[in-house]
Amino acid sequence: MASMNSLVQIKGVRDGLLAAFDDAPWEEQRSALLSQIDERPAFFQGARLAVDVGSQALKVNELVALRDNLSERNVALWAVLSESPLTEQTAQLLGLATRLSKPQPEEQKRGDAAAEDTALFITKTLRSGKRIEYPGNVVVLGDVNAGAEIVAGGHVVVWGRVRGMIHAGANGDSSAVICALDLSATQLRIADKVSAMLKPQKHPKPEVASINGEGFLQSELWHPGELYLQDMS
Amino acid sequence: MTAQIITVTSGKGGVGKTTAVANLATALAADGRKVVCIDGDIGLRNLDVVMGLENRIVYDIVDVIEGRCKLRQAMIRDKHYPELYLIPAAQTRDKNAVSASDMKRICNEIKPDADFILIDSPAGIERGFRNAIAPADRVLVITNPEVSAVRDADRVVGILEAEEKGNPSLILNRLNPALVRNNDMLSAEDVLDLLGIHLIGIVPEDEAVIIGSNRGAPVVTDARSRAGQAFRNIAKRLQGEEVPFMDLYSQGGFWGALQKWTRRK
Repeated sequence: MASMNSLVQIKGVRDGLLAAFDDAPWEEQRSALLSQIDERPAFFQGARLAVDVGSQALKVNELVALRDNLSERNVALWAVLSESPLTEQTAQLLGLATRLSKPQPEEQKRGDAAAEDTALFITKTLRSGKRIEYPGNVVVLGDVNAGAEIVAGGHVVVWGRVRGMIHAGANGDSSAVICALDLSATQLRIADKVSAMLKPQKHPKPEVASINGEGFLQSELWHPGELYLQDMS
Repeated sequence: MTAQIITVTSGKGGVGKTTAVANLATALAADGRKVVCIDGDIGLRNLDVVMGLENRIVYDIVDVIEGRCKLRQAMIRDKHYPELYLIPAAQTRDKNAVSASDMKRICNEIKPDADFILIDSPAGIERGFRNAIAPADRVLVITNPEVSAVRDADRVVGILEAEEKGNPSLILNRLNPALVRNNDMLSAEDVLDLLGIHLIGIVPEDEAVIIGSNRGAPVVTDARSRAGQAFRNIAKRLQGEEVPFMDLYSQGGFWGALQKWTRRK
């Protein structure tokens, strides 16, 4: 589609429209997008729009402003694609998708590399409705409340209380573990094993959940000096 | 005068948003404040019924937005308090008739002439809710001591955090001390433990609330009602006064825990 403004390219994808930005300050990109929409209101009327912001690190208020601007023009912002983890996190906070329906294969590869020695570090309590998806390990410094979900390709460590759902080793890694100070989860999953268990405890103790030798998902109390990962030596 | 804009919201329906707005507004007006209530529940309005002003509605908020009347014309004066006004919702339209910037514009217009603007949010976390919190300086999250209501409140608190709306305060509504004593209901401590936000008031279960709502006379006007007293206390706290929490339980133990929580803020 020929565009009068080279800052932003808009094309059709399976789930709606995708706006991709060239390198430029965010304010310029935003106004370029909005002026494109204002030029052809009929075309954009009621559209579902995804934006690809490249490596821009966007704050919550910037994304909220964009969403409001779009919604005033009757365009629904449903996804934000970004290479910046900060922007991805912001988008997830606002309940926006961070990828189009099919993850691209190269993205998957990046995830595997990340799984080995890095982790997504979250320093707040995850409240109901929040879903964290990450191809690698996830560390939470805070609680995981009922109704919140973590789906991680690697291990999950929670320095806090878990009442929500955690899925470790989501890509099939059955050696993944879930550690928490208080494991009162409604449901835990590791690889393809599901365990609905774990009543809230009066006096919680740190626990580690893993798949044992017989292939069952189980949790055991943490003991000082014990290593929970065979390959950690 | 610059009004403080307070939105009351909950996520779950039926926990007492409208009742709280009507009562807090009436209590603030009784303390001599100029208060404007806005019913944000376009399409399912009922703040007018609870405040007993249904038969006075000529224009509503959608008429203001679409330019069919002036803002002043849509502000209905209360029967008893001349400094208490209601801007009713439209009943025949839906949430899409209003946008977040419309709400901000209306609030900005009222702001110089009032002490408090109270916005009654619709249930849910969709557009109506977003409109209701858009202009807010402060958000009160109301919940009942039920697992489902607390979980929805948790979701709402998460959204408010994501939208950087400041720290919300919690009203725990319809607490039944007798049921809590028998371990048949979540206690205030349980709810605070789950939500971890600042508590601004606990309203005990009280039949007088329902009677008052049906009569269009908010329960704060009933000097003997415990719930009315609780709402009057919350209104004082909104005005910046330090008011001790009511003793809902005769047994000890509760106090220490509660004070620990209120200090946490």
